[in-house]
Amino acid sequence: MTLGKKLQKKTLIQLYQTMIRIRYCEESLVDPIVKGEIRCPVHLCTGQEAVAAGVGTALEKNDYIFGNHRSHGHYLAKGGSMRELIAEVYGKETGCSKGRGGSMHLIAPYVGMLGSAPIVAGTIPLAVGAALASSIRKDNRVTVSFFGDGATGEGVLCESLNFAALKKLPLIFACENNFYSTHMPIQDIRVSDEIFKIALPFGVKSFRINGNDVLQVYDCARKAIELCRRGEGPVFIEFLTYRLRGHVGADDVVQGLHTDIRPKDEVKKWHKKDPIKKMERFLLGEKIILPEEFHKIKEETVTEVAEAHMFSKGSILPRKEELNKYVFKN
Amino acid sequence: MFSKTRKLQYSLAINEAFHQMMEADSKVFLIGQGVKSPWYVGNTAKGLLERFGQERIIDTPVSENAITGAAVGAAIAGMRPVVVHPRMDFMLYALDPIINQAANWYYMNGGNASVPVVIWGIVNRGGEQAAQHSQSLHAMFAHFPGLKVVMPATPYDAKGLMVSAIKDDNPVVFIDDRWLYNFEDEVPEDLYSVPIGQGIVRREGKDVTVVAISYMVQEAMKAASFLENESISVEVVDPRTIKPLDLELIFRSVKKTGRAIVADGGWKTCGVAAELSASIAEQIFLFLKAPLKRITLPDVPAPASRVLEEAYYPNHNHIIDAVHTVMGINNKI
Repeated sequence: MTLGKKLQKKTLIQLYQTMIRIRYCEESLVDPIVKGEIRCPVHLCTGQEAVAAGVGTALEKNDYIFGNHRSHGHYLAKGGSMRELIAEVYGKETGCSKGRGGSMHLIAPYVGMLGSAPIVAGTIPLAVGAALASSIRKDNRVTVSFFGDGATGEGVLCESLNFAALKKLPLIFACENNFYSTHMPIQDIRVSDEIFKIALPFGVKSFRINGNDVLQVYDCARKAIELCRRGEGPVFIEFLTYRLRGHVGADDVVQGLHTDIRPKDEVKKWHKKDPIKKMERFLLGEKIILPEEFHKIKEETVTEVAEAHMFSKGSILPRKEELNKYVFKN
Repeated sequence: MFSKTRKLQYSLAINEAFHQMMEADSKVFLIGQGVKSPWYVGNTAKGLLERFGQERIIDTPVSENAITGAAVGAAIAGMRPVVVHPRMDFMLYALDPIINQAANWYYMNGGNASVPVVIWGIVNRGGEQAAQHSQSLHAMFAHFPGLKVVMPATPYDAKGLMVSAIKDDNPVVFIDDRWLYNFEDEVPEDLYSVPIGQGIVRREGKDVTVVAISYMVQEAMKAASFLENESISVEVVDPRTIKPLDLELIFRSVKKTGRAIVADGGWKTCGVAAELSASIAEQIFLFLKAPLKRITLPDVPAPASRVLEEAYYPNHNHIIDAVHTVMGINNKI
C-alpha cells in the first residue's frame, strides 16, 4: 500500500468512489433480477470493481475502451451515465443503446467507451482497430481492451497480439482473470494459469498483478498507458480477481441452485479479499479519509443509484413501430 | 455530365476509386493481405503505397479475423477503412467481425455508433483452383441485416460503387470477380458515385428479362446478342447491388416482358437467384407467362480438373437455353 501514499487524496477518493458506484449499481440489480423485472442476461462484476476503477481512472476522457459481456464496471468507470445503464438493462428507450442492446451492449462514445459485446474475444480486434486509427491519426489516444480468462481460448487473441505488436499500437490488453470461464474453472481450460505469459512470445510487455488492489491496478495501468503514449505499446496486463456473484444472473452460489459450481470455502476466501474493503482499510488506516467522508460518499451513491432506477421506471419502452429503426444509418 | 471519359480496365477503375477517395478523405485507408502485391489483388492497388505510404496502405499477416476486426474497430473509432480479402474463401475466418460485430453494431447500440467500413472480397475462380480458391459467397452476406452487398459488373460501376461504399456510413461488402478485371469500358476521370441499391437496365428488350449478377451480366449480354439473330428480344437487368435489391426496377422489367430468368454465379440453394425468384413469385406472379428459370452453379463444390470446371460454371449458352425454354421453343443446342 506504499503506492497509495504517493497519490493525491483526490485520486484516492476517485478510485474508491468509482468502486463504490459500481458495487452499489451492480447490487441494486440483484433484487429486480430475482423478481424477473430485469429480463436480459446480466453479468454482474461485483468483486472485480478494482480493475475497472483503476484502469478507468488512469485513462483520459478521450482514450478508448472496449468491453465484453461483463462490462457495467468498465462503462461506469470510463464515465458512462448510470441512469442510461440502468434503463438499458430494463430495456427502456432511454437506455444507452435505446433498449436494443441490453446489459451486454453498453456504449458511451461521448467518453470513449466504444462498445461491448458478449462474443468472447470479439471486441479484442475492434480495440486493435481503434488503436490503429489512433496510430494513423497520431492523436495520442490509448485504447484498452477488456476481456476475461475465457477469451484466451480464442485464436483471435493471438492474431491481435501479433498484429498490435508488429505495428506497436497504443493498446492495452486487459485480461481479468477471475479463474472461471463461465462454469469452467481455469485448470479445466488451460494447462497453465499464468495467462500473462501468452503475450511474451509476441514481443509484448506483460504484467501480472493483484486485480483486487485498486492501487496496484491504477499504478500498473498508468505505467502501461505511458508506454503506449511513448510508442512502446502494446502492453498486456493480467489482473487476478474474482467475481463474487455468478457468471450470469443474480447469484449462482448463495441461491444454492444447480448452477452453484464453486466451492463455498473458495468464495468465502475471496470475500475476505474484497477490493472495496481492502481500500477502505488503507484509507482509514492512513487517515486519508475520515469516517464522515466515507459516509458521505456512500450516501451520495445510494441516492445516485436510486435516482437512476427512478429514471428507468419513468422511462418508456421502445415503440413496436420502431422495430426497424437503426438497421442502417441513413 | 462528365468532362472526360476514357477506356479503363475494371481493376484500374477500382484503383482510381482508391486514389481519388484517399486523396479526398484522410480517414480512408486500405488494409489486408497482399495490398503490396499485384499477385494478390491484381493492379487494384497500383501506385497507392508510393502515394499514400505504409501507414494508410497496410499489408498484413495472414490473420483474417483480427485484421477484419481491426478495420471494423477503426471504423467505429471514426476512420473509413477498406479491408481486402484477395480470395473471399479466406473471409470465412472473419465472419465474427463482419456479422456479429459490424452488421449488428449500429442496431444493437441504438444508433450510437455506425461502422463505415468496406469489406472487399474478391472472387478468384477458374484455373483448376478447386473448392477453397473459387467460391462466390455473396448470398451468405446478403442474408444478414445490417450489411449492404454490392457486385459491380462493369468498370464504370466498379469505380462508382467503390466510391459509394467508402462514403456509406454502414458496413458494405464489395464483391468483385477476377474474371471481370480485364474488361474495359468508358470511365469518367472525375470522382463520381453509383448509388447503392440502384440497378440498371443494361439492354432493353421485350420478350424475356434476364436478371444477371456480377460476371453473369457479361454472359447475359452475349446471350442477348445471339438471340437477336433469332428475333428474340432480351432485356438484361443488372441489379448492381444485391442488398438492398432494386426490386422496383426488376419488377418493372418482368411485368413488361412476362418472362424472367435469373443468372447468378453462386449456388442454387438459398442463393440470390432463389431470393429474386421468390420476390418475383410473391409479388408479381400474375404477370408471368411462364415459370421462371434460375441459372446458377450446381450445389456442388468447385472442382479442379478443367473438364469438370467447364461443366460447373454457367455461361451464355445456359442463358440461351433458358430463354428458349421460357419462350416455349424446344430447339435445345
